Amino acid sequence: MPPLAQCQALLAAALAIAVAVVSTSAPAQDRLAERAAMIETIKSHAGSAPSAVEAQGIDPAVLKAMGNVPRHLFVPEAQRGAAYRDRPLPIGFGQTISQPFIVALMTDLIKVGPGDTVLEVGTGSGYQAAVLSPLAAKVYSIEIIPELGHRAAARLAELRFDNVEVKVGDGYYGWPAHAPFDGIVVTAAASHIPPPLVEQLAKGGRMVVPVGGPFAIQLLMLVEKRRDGSITTRQLLPVSFVPLRGGRVR
Amino acid sequence: MRSGRLLPVSLISAAILAHEVLLMRLFSIIQWHHFAYMIISIALLGFGASGTFVAFARRPLVERYPAAFAASAALFGIAAVVSFAGAERLPFNALEVVWNPWQLGWLAASYFLLMLPFFFGATCIGLAFSCYPRQIGHVYAFDLIGAGIGALGTVGLLFLVFPSTALRLVAALGLAAAALAATGMARHRWLAVGSLGLAAAVTAVWLPPSLTALGPHMSQYKGLRLALEVPNARVVEERSSPLGLLTVVESPTVPFRYAPGLSLANTQEPPTQLAVFTDGDSMTAFTAYGGNPATVAYLDRTTAALPFRILERPRTLILGAGGGEQVLLALRAGANTVAAVEVNSQMIDLARHRFADFVGGIFSRPNVRSHLAEARAFASTTRERYDLIQIPLLDSFSAAAAGVQSVHENYTYTVEALQDYLAVLRPDGVIATTRWLRVPPRDILKLFATATVALEAEGVVEPGRHLALIRSWNTATLLVAKSPFTAEDVAAIRGFAAENFFDVSWAPGISASDVNRYNQLDQEYFYEGAVALLGPERAEFTERYKFDIAPATDNRPYFFDFFRWRALPELLTLHTQGGAAMLDWGYLILVATLVQAAILSAILILLPLWLGRRLFARAVHRLRAGLYFLALGLAFLLIEIAFIQRFVLFLGHPLYAVAVVLAGFLAFAGLGSALAARWMAAVGRGSAVRSIALAVVVIAFLATSYLFALPLVFERLLALPDAAKIAVALLLIAPLAVFMGMPFPLGLGHVGARSEAFIPWAWGINGCASVLSAILAALLAMHVGFTGVVAIATALYLVAPALLAGWWDRHDRQTSQGLVPDRS
Repeated sequence: MPPLAQCQALLAAALAIAVAVVSTSAPAQDRLAERAAMIETIKSHAGSAPSAVEAQGIDPAVLKAMGNVPRHLFVPEAQRGAAYRDRPLPIGFGQTISQPFIVALMTDLIKVGPGDTVLEVGTGSGYQAAVLSPLAAKVYSIEIIPELGHRAAARLAELRFDNVEVKVGDGYYGWPAHAPFDGIVVTAAASHIPPPLVEQLAKGGRMVVPVGGPFAIQLLMLVEKRRDGSITTRQLLPVSFVPLRGGRVR
Repeated sequence: MRSGRLLPVSLISAAILAHEVLLMRLFSIIQWHHFAYMIISIALLGFGASGTFVAFARRPLVERYPAAFAASAALFGIAAVVSFAGAERLPFNALEVVWNPWQLGWLAASYFLLMLPFFFGATCIGLAFSCYPRQIGHVYAFDLIGAGIGALGTVGLLFLVFPSTALRLVAALGLAAAALAATGMARHRWLAVGSLGLAAAVTAVWLPPSLTALGPHMSQYKGLRLALEVPNARVVEERSSPLGLLTVVESPTVPFRYAPGLSLANTQEPPTQLAVFTDGDSMTAFTAYGGNPATVAYLDRTTAALPFRILERPRTLILGAGGGEQVLLALRAGANTVAAVEVNSQMIDLARHRFADFVGGIFSRPNVRSHLAEARAFASTTRERYDLIQIPLLDSFSAAAAGVQSVHENYTYTVEALQDYLAVLRPDGVIATTRWLRVPPRDILKLFATATVALEAEGVVEPGRHLALIRSWNTATLLVAKSPFTAEDVAAIRGFAAENFFDVSWAPGISASDVNRYNQLDQEYFYEGAVALLGPERAEFTERYKFDIAPATDNRPYFFDFFRWRALPELLTLHTQGGAAMLDWGYLILVATLVQAAILSAILILLPLWLGRRLFARAVHRLRAGLYFLALGLAFLLIEIAFIQRFVLFLGHPLYAVAVVLAGFLAFAGLGSALAARWMAAVGRGSAVRSIALAVVVIAFLATSYLFALPLVFERLLALPDAAKIAVALLLIAPLAVFMGMPFPLGLGHVGARSEAFIPWAWGINGCASVLSAILAALLAMHVGFTGVVAIATALYLVAPALLAGWWDRHDRQTSQGLVPDRS
């Protein structure tokens, strides 16, 4: 190969690599200001002290993770403009991507540590899994609707959330091969909590289930399995609201 | 004039009413009921717009009356199908309105599209009034009788065909009215009649299915659509009636496992189920059963199983059997006999026949009896006595969460209803009601308050000894016992709760240290509420609570209305922070609908009236005449709607009530209108105001006496067979409705004699008033009860003649002095 052609080939290769690097890193850099504003909104909601937030506020690691995930790449093209607004957005198939504040609360509630294995039931857009990814050692996610599951898996792989594994299937039985889980997030609505999920929750583990409609979360349910294996649940309001005028009940 | 000339008026009037009833059905399926209500009430403003249109274009249209009528009726037929096909394709998402107010733009687009058929249909009738100003009584009679037949006919039709077919038939009816009207045309008569007749026939038999198909346009957030997204899920059966579209779905790959309120202590997976959706939502399930009670052991671990812990082989009454989950539980728990009451005959048919093998024939067992009845009506008439009355969860969680039912009257959960239930209990019997758990509590505390008042009304001194409330993480079950709970009962309740990780929020002898153990709330609102509602601070607590939890009564049967204006600012501030579920949208949507309707009425009617003030109607005091027709439109509908609500209890079914009362009022008012026409022909026009005054006095007398007499009549005659009760209802409605049919044509004849140009305005104003009134009736009833609604309507009727009387006399005096009569 003549030197000039060689140079051209090298140049082309370098360009291709540069383009590839830019195209994978650009999204994360993109819309940083909006993401920062989103984090501020979350902090301000959390600051009004709903029962779902502990005294010290939302874990900074959770906020950092959310600050690094390009949420706009997890919503349909038509919704990208509104991706960083503090609201749920439709993603098709009757499913939604949760409001950032609710994602923050749910992630905070399960208290994921660096060595933890987390199960998500209801992958949806894959956004919740992406937020969990830097916080946990491994995230397993199950989606019932094949189109959503395949799309989320491809998106997570493309954005290099390498410790997330997505499968399409029935979430009722959990993912016994990787159990027990230190944290479980159930985003798919259910009339009851599947017993296999309770079983696959590790001792000391936490499961969070949002209760309500697709655009209106009523409360977050936290299921805790104590060290002795006993189960308790807590029902936490995402807002601070006292039902009695002029003070608390009695 | 031959009556045959007015037959097209009856036909188009029937088609308009049929279209209105049908749209309600169609939008309940593709959206949710409260939005259906909103869209249709605004669409009805087409009436007002048509009044304005006819007023401006009266002369050329009246000159070509048959052709104009035929064209307008044909356009109604076309618009009926096309506007619906267009509206259902709009990407309106009702659930997203909270987050994205721009969604309201799509809603406005729906209004515009859906207004069109009403505009064209009402134009036909407005034209008929304008064309026959001397026969207004007759025109009105044909209009009302047609409307009555249309309302009743659609309800009947919907038992026979699916709503999409009914839509075709309504369009065909409009085209048939056009063909009939075209027979009066001077030129091209047979060409017009032939082509319109052919169009009607073709439309009735076939239209491109995509024009009327519902499924693809159903909101993707409804349970049915979500269920069908799952691989291999498919519809196995579909039934339709005016009560709802029932869709049965099987999902072999990812099974339904519907078991609300199931304990976390349960380890059993529910057997195969078929889901049954009503109007694409509100799921109930048929559970596969082979006769081995062990396969449904999980049912023992739902909150609804509590009463079986304290009752031995109870004779059980289930009010709202649905797919039979509670029947299965009762059989498993060893119930002696089971009476399963269900309001939807098609649901019973599916359970007893189509899927009888699947559900293991549980409805055909010797000790199980199905009853087709409304819950309350059954309880008020049954001669049997029961140990247990189960009132299970039938509404979907999302419907409850969104406050969808808040504007619907519900006679299942009123103070009087609980008294009726207590009356059919044996001495040691129990009522068990299960509801979704909502935090902060609304319905459960309201139910608790209602039960407390009902027990007190039955002479119980310490209601707290008759009540027990347990909750899981998503359901709560309240027990109301006829006799006080014994110590053993309380121990059994506590034992049951502890085994299943359920919390006891109230039971006799409970203390603060016993509560909030398993499903921990940051505060035990339920226990605290129960203590407050049983204690001396009940009134103060109810007043201070931010949701309306005052007991519902038969006079104000809005159990699901929790809305309080003073909580609104706080809830609006919180709604985007995760508090959206605390706002009950039903009430707000009703208010928004009223405001919109009022604004649009002003733009469509009052503004043109004002702009055209120099063109016509100089001889009429427009403001007062306008108010007269406004008052009549409001009052007629207020009384009609209040009576529909009142007759629900007597006729035993909301559908019978709507059909019988609506048809009765319309048809007898039509008769009254015809009588008024004869009367005026006999005595002359000059006495119109006096005749109106006489009519309204009779209306006021009858309406007021019915308020007091109806409950007594109903109580005595409740046990009659359905046909006899319908006859009694019509007999009761007849005299009132006959007189209510008089003031409109009398007033219109009176005003029309001065200014024919005012006739279409009056028709438009009356139409708009009817729309406002339908919304207003619901809002007023929530605040002042039906008694208040009837009182307001009576007052409006009594004021009406005065609005006409004054200016008429003065006008005669002024014109005799050569003054311009009318300067408003």
